[in-house]
Amino acid sequence: MIPLQAAAMALVAFFALAVVLTREIVRLAMISSAYALTLVVLFVIFQAPDVALSELVVGAVAFPLVIVVAIVMQRGGE
Amino acid sequence: MTRRGRLALFAVSAAGLSALLLWAVAGLPDFGHFQGRYGATLNKVAVSERHATNVVTAIVFDYRGIDTLGEEFILFTSVIGVALLLRETRDETGRIHDAVRSDALRLVGIAFAAVLFTIGLYVVAHGPITPGGGFQGGVVLAGAFTLVYLAGDYRAYRGLTPQPALDFVEGAGAGGYAVIGIVSMLLGSAYLHNFGPFGTPGTLASAGTISMLNLATALEVTAAFVLLFTEFLEDLQLTREQSA
Amino acid sequence: MSYLPYALAVWIFVVGIYGVVSSRNFVHLVVCLTVTQSSTYVLLLAIGYTNGGTAPIFADVPQTSKAVDPVVQALTLTDVVVSVTVAALLLALAIQVQKRRGTMNPDELRELRG
Repeated sequence: MIPLQAAAMALVAFFALAVVLTREIVRLAMISSAYALTLVVLFVIFQAPDVALSELVVGAVAFPLVIVVAIVMQRGGE
Repeated sequence: MTRRGRLALFAVSAAGLSALLLWAVAGLPDFGHFQGRYGATLNKVAVSERHATNVVTAIVFDYRGIDTLGEEFILFTSVIGVALLLRETRDETGRIHDAVRSDALRLVGIAFAAVLFTIGLYVVAHGPITPGGGFQGGVVLAGAFTLVYLAGDYRAYRGLTPQPALDFVEGAGAGGYAVIGIVSMLLGSAYLHNFGPFGTPGTLASAGTISMLNLATALEVTAAFVLLFTEFLEDLQLTREQSA
Repeated sequence: MSYLPYALAVWIFVVGIYGVVSSRNFVHLVVCLTVTQSSTYVLLLAIGYTNGGTAPIFADVPQTSKAVDPVVQALTLTDVVVSVTVAALLLALAIQVQKRRGTMNPDELRELRG
């Protein structure tokens, strides 16, 4: 296993733990996008460009938007 | 059960679960020595059989097209679920006062929305050739519409995406996928058999029904995501008006 | 050492479930559920990888070159897009809970009430 793959996998493991341990939800929206980005890097290293493109688009466009709207609704519309 | 009790129970069961899972994955073949024959066979024959250079898209829309039909209906159903949950009885949207004030932001945003729209169309059209396809390009197109909301105001976004058009496009995409399969049955072969004109591999007009199913999927995914965002944003508008 | 990607998938799975169990906010719970689901993507793609293989797109490489398994990529591709829609459905449920019970904390919703 080459060091590039090991480094990408270590990043993914670290960010998964970071997502779970983040309690404040505005920070959580950003950290979940960063986690999606590390997953994209891992998917490209595993030679899967289609999957990487899907995850990139979803993690940058669809998922943060839905989370931010949920956060705003939780705070009563501010 | 108290919170501490729940966490203690989780610690015990997580230890057992991890041990079981690690024992299970130790029985897999070594990383990098996969011996699957289905994938290897498809890699060899897909380009010459279906004239599609993107083997993953050929699998998604042709060799395992029936699974994608199921996935598409999962998408359809969950958007119906969100619409049911968030769509209450509402009248015309009243005063909307969240317009973006800065002119530079509006200009740059609208310019980028046009660029994003073109990129989305590019990704959808080049599905059977390069990495891309209906699913990815559909979300990019939905993002282009959302950028109009972020760079402008809610009324511009609603004017661009009227509700009957969204419902029609989403239904057309999901139904079109199923209907193309039925057309193939009417022509005498199995459901979702690839009957279309094959063309030369590597050009835009190739791969038969893969391109058509790709287009139907892109329509459905775009409309589904725009509907999703619209439901959420509409609910947000309603909450803001009630508290204002 | 060659089982490291599979161990990574197990780690992400267990960490995600820990997040679900110990969560204090419904939005955080849905994000942890998405993390748990992403462990299956990592596992599938790690299974299909072959050493020295390239991506299974033959637009610019000759068709006889060694490529990784395309079937698992096809499975993961649709899964990624559909999972965000399911997460949106769960968040819509959380928004309704917030409206009716006024709280987003799972610990405060102990009993079912009509």
